[in-house]
Amino acid sequence: MNGLGRRILLAMAAPTVALVFSLALSSIVLLVSGSEPLTAYADMARNGARLETIVDMLNRATPLYLSGIAAAIGFRMNLFNIGVEGQYILAGFFAAVVGAQVMLPSVLHIILILVVAMLVGAIWSGLAGWLKVARGINEVISTIMLNFIAVGGFVAWLSVELRDGPLTPNSGTKFIPESGWIPDLNGVLELFTREITGGRHLSGVLPLAIIAGVVFHIFLNRTRLGFDLRASGYNATAARAGGVDSNRMIVTAMVYGGAMAGLVGMVDVLSRHHRYDADFTPGLGFAGIAVALLGRNHAVGVAIGALFFAFMDVSSPILQITGSATREIVVIMQGIILLSAVVAYESVNRYRRREEAKATAIAIQEVA
Amino acid sequence: MTNAIELIGITKRFPGVVANDRVSMSVEHGEIHAICGENGAGKSTLMKILYGMQAPDEGRMLVDGDQVHFKSPSDAIAKGIGMVHQHFMLADQLTVLENVILGDEPTRGFGRIDFAAAEAHLVEVSKKYGLDIQPHELIETLAVGERQRVEIIKILFRGAKILILDEPTAVLVPQEVEELFRNLRELKQAGSTILFIDHKLEEVLAIADTITVIRHGKTVATVKPEDVTAADLAELMVGSELPTPATTESTVTDQVAVSVKGITVLDEDERPAVNDISFDVHRGEIVGIAGVEGNGQSELIDALVGTRPLHKGSIEIKGVNVADQSVRGRREKGLAYVPEDRHAEGLLLVAPLWENAALGHQTRPPFTKGIWFDRAGARNKTEMIRKDFDVRTPNVEVAAHALSGGNQQKLIVGRELSSDPELFIAAHPTRGIDVGAQAAVWDDMRKARHAGMATVLVSADLEELIGLSDTILVMLRGKVVARLDPNDVTPRDLGSYMTGAAIQGNGQ
Amino acid sequence: MLKKFGALPAWARYSIAAATGVLVLALVQMLEPGGLSRLTSANASGAMLRWSVPILLAGIGGLYSERAGVVNIGLEGMMVLGTWTGAYGVLVGGPWVGLLYGLVGGGIGGLIHAIATVTFGVDHIVSGVAINLLAPGAVRFLSSELFINFSGGSITQSPAVQGLGTVTAPVLAGGTVFGWKSPDLLGAIADWDVFFVSDIASFVRGLMAGVGVFTLIALAIVPATAWLVWKTRFGLRLRIAGEHPTAGESLGVNIYWQKYKGVIISGALSGLGGAFISMELTGFYREGQTQGRGFIGLAALIFGNWRPGGILIAALLFGYPFGTALRDLDGRSTHALLMVVVIALTLITALSVKRKRRFDAVLAGSLAAGFLVWYLLTETAPDWLPNTLPFATVLIVLLFAIQRLRMPKADGAPYRRGAT
Repeated sequence: MNGLGRRILLAMAAPTVALVFSLALSSIVLLVSGSEPLTAYADMARNGARLETIVDMLNRATPLYLSGIAAAIGFRMNLFNIGVEGQYILAGFFAAVVGAQVMLPSVLHIILILVVAMLVGAIWSGLAGWLKVARGINEVISTIMLNFIAVGGFVAWLSVELRDGPLTPNSGTKFIPESGWIPDLNGVLELFTREITGGRHLSGVLPLAIIAGVVFHIFLNRTRLGFDLRASGYNATAARAGGVDSNRMIVTAMVYGGAMAGLVGMVDVLSRHHRYDADFTPGLGFAGIAVALLGRNHAVGVAIGALFFAFMDVSSPILQITGSATREIVVIMQGIILLSAVVAYESVNRYRRREEAKATAIAIQEVA
Repeated sequence: MTNAIELIGITKRFPGVVANDRVSMSVEHGEIHAICGENGAGKSTLMKILYGMQAPDEGRMLVDGDQVHFKSPSDAIAKGIGMVHQHFMLADQLTVLENVILGDEPTRGFGRIDFAAAEAHLVEVSKKYGLDIQPHELIETLAVGERQRVEIIKILFRGAKILILDEPTAVLVPQEVEELFRNLRELKQAGSTILFIDHKLEEVLAIADTITVIRHGKTVATVKPEDVTAADLAELMVGSELPTPATTESTVTDQVAVSVKGITVLDEDERPAVNDISFDVHRGEIVGIAGVEGNGQSELIDALVGTRPLHKGSIEIKGVNVADQSVRGRREKGLAYVPEDRHAEGLLLVAPLWENAALGHQTRPPFTKGIWFDRAGARNKTEMIRKDFDVRTPNVEVAAHALSGGNQQKLIVGRELSSDPELFIAAHPTRGIDVGAQAAVWDDMRKARHAGMATVLVSADLEELIGLSDTILVMLRGKVVARLDPNDVTPRDLGSYMTGAAIQGNGQ
Repeated sequence: MLKKFGALPAWARYSIAAATGVLVLALVQMLEPGGLSRLTSANASGAMLRWSVPILLAGIGGLYSERAGVVNIGLEGMMVLGTWTGAYGVLVGGPWVGLLYGLVGGGIGGLIHAIATVTFGVDHIVSGVAINLLAPGAVRFLSSELFINFSGGSITQSPAVQGLGTVTAPVLAGGTVFGWKSPDLLGAIADWDVFFVSDIASFVRGLMAGVGVFTLIALAIVPATAWLVWKTRFGLRLRIAGEHPTAGESLGVNIYWQKYKGVIISGALSGLGGAFISMELTGFYREGQTQGRGFIGLAALIFGNWRPGGILIAALLFGYPFGTALRDLDGRSTHALLMVVVIALTLITALSVKRKRRFDAVLAGSLAAGFLVWYLLTETAPDWLPNTLPFATVLIVLLFAIQRLRMPKADGAPYRRGAT
């Protein structure tokens, strides 16, 4: 099983190189800015091991993961859905508005909110798919434009129109009644750990994210439609000649990606703010792209990427507190890791392909 | 007197293969020197080394007696070497002049190109060698023969004395080949040395002063055309007789398997690329389609397969009109397809072979179980294809890119033929693969024909077309202009119909 | 009629088109209740010009990159770098140093994009996304390290920075020349208040009075680019990298180097656009102040069909709503612009009917109707509209014009030397 060991080694090589490189580069940046890198990293690690930080991390990783999977669905098909940002904000907004309008038994209420969110995300994303298929507009351009229209247009407009109470800097939509709140998982976690302090709640959306990841993986790798989708992503022309309707695949991938994006805002809507307001977390769509790229669009890889980014996000404030470095160094590190990871993946990939060609050629000669 | 080119022990290795193995040869000044070898023998690699596009791992190169180490084509150009590539190196959206002067632009202050001087020089060169060309045309408006002329002028513009032509006749009809050969002889008269790469033996014998044969990356012989026959050359090239595409007895039945009626297909500008074409394909029949590239054959194929919409007409497979059906619908009705460009249209290069084998058949067992993709079934089926069609691979988990061109093609042909199709559409099924794979593909097609399959074959290889087909249709500007019996037609005749020089009364 | 128009020389065509534009603006502002004069005022045209500069520079930047075959959606991030380095440059060495630092800051972004895409063969979009994520973090870090040391600076903001100053065309638009107070001919004509004539005069005056030196530099880059890319050796080699790189390679052109040059220039110009924002538009650096203008530049590049003149027109078009919004606290100017959108869509509808494109006609027609209803049912436009209108315009334009656009043939395609 030398082959398997080798494959694992190769798979690990790229992220390891990327991590080491970005740690080195960040250390230089820290040294230049007069901080002590090792102290800073040690502070982050120590803080990151605390139970409360882990809860924070999971709460941050959950939407990041959903966003990463949403982006990955498109990426696996060579569709650059840059629009997760707009899709999830629009979806979160409408889900919050609709959720506040109704009174339903709890489970139904939550399902309704989820369905509205997925639907809105799917429609907004599907629009970009339609623009590509029917009008030949590149999805990168259209999703960028649709992001601005969704966030700067619709949400900016409607959040003023549909606000609850007077217009203040942190006014929001009406609160969702409690039947539409998803219960937290503190009880489950505390079965294994001590009591969680600091008023933290492990979001009940976490299991949803895990289910989403499993569905994504099985759908893509084990179903016929998943095969069509992947084939289209590998080589759209060949897939077309092989009977795959590539236009339908484009719209399908965008719609599924948008539906997944709709779930991104659910941590805020279902388990944190229970409405759409100024505290609704922005930037998850773009971070999700980073996480998807880091995880190579693979269900498990994206999970690792999401946990890693979440860890960095939640452990950066400690730098401020201990004063060991500027907390902004974390954003730089994330950026460098992302860039060096994509470069490393590409290089390892090329190396692997060359090796594979060589091994195949040699194997054939031995047979002959 | 020194030789124009001297190669001593040139070796070039690629992952897993030795493309050139201690190749030595010399080219005299003022001769037309042909390098002959089958696909994959290492001719193109050798030429790329000579032109500085790749560096040899070992060996020495002398040009005009001086040892050279080319780092890029500019070094080769500086030594007076120019190359016409098999795939034209011309930017469609640039003018002839811009394409020609690129890399050698005459400039005046601040890097401004002196277009007037450049044009004067271009006109001068084209007059001198009798190569007619319009400097300000965009390349996209030119025909294939004209583009080749631009390629040659590009070289002469730089004052090259040594010209390398990589399979220049591949895209030409016999009449254009003659025109090209006339030009080459004139160039020789004017003192140029020409290196001519080809595997078509008659052409090589007709034009070359000296022939060097390469096999498996090694030089096996250097001969004079007057001392050898085509059969001798074939023996040198492949170590045996060349396989022929010829079919023995007719297997054509009177059952119509496929009936194409009055189909018209529009191109991007909504002009008819295929104009009202009708034909029948019987069970056990191979209908060959001939035509100069760009006369509607690709569009016809696309329309038959279903990747391009029909404007008018119908396509009936066993009496059922499939014109409104998707590619998948047609495939489920028994259509199989070997595309022209296996990398672009035939394969998922980064996916394992068993996924490639499923492509096009993923809606049917053994590749599918309900909504699920059947991985085990796909692997078994791929193992079968591997055995039955002699796909040389260590296992079916290998990604498709790792296979050689011939094995990739055998996989595609295997996957399509093993589905027992009613209608088999093959576009250039043996383009660019080695003779072994070529013979195998021909054999597979003959077997399937014998079993009653109906085939539509498009090919630029006229020998292949004449050898395999039971009927040949010639397409010109989107129409069928001739319907010929391959038993009494030569490649030259075919060329006349393809270019419109000959006209058949009963075209349809 | 269209044919005759096409036969006119370029300057005449542009002038007629511009005059038609002003006429439309003059008409729609009369339609507003009580009438308006803001849309054709010197303020409006001057603001349009200023606000279009960042879009223009990003768009022209994109041209260099994409003509060399590298798609650059990192323009936004490179612009972000430029806003910061530009402001920092002014603080350490004055406005000209700011301009230079803007170029360098964006150029570094371009260099990173080039290393990733050209040397390592990373997908262009992936690299661009990464740069867009990295840039805001980098400048935030830099602010936290450097701007907080200046009085008035913070982690999100720099102290006030100085611009390059302005010039006014004497005689035509007034101003003073060596102490002599020049007449203001256009201003006088504008003052007559004659329909259309005065509108044109004031509009043109806005383009001549108090124009920033920085703006003039940006405008000069347009013809300079046209010359450089289409008339010089540099340009021909750059274009071959985007059209058919292996053809260039086969003639000894170093394609990697062409791509590097294109992408670095692209970043530099985008950074220059960023420096313009911090130095000229706002007078200080503030976090997030690019507001997606790098992306609008990308849209201008496409709308302008990868040509400098087209990009300029697109930039002016997209810059106009931003410019008018500045002095539009009641939202009436922007409301009037809705009518312009209606007119444009109606024209597209008519054209589609004439060309027998039924789907286009229905689509454009229903969009026109939608905007008309909006226009009729409201009296003022909401404050978010000016920021959204350019993006919507881009989508609408692409919706109907994409078939006519032609991007460089090998744009976005991976290229490896020696791989044929």
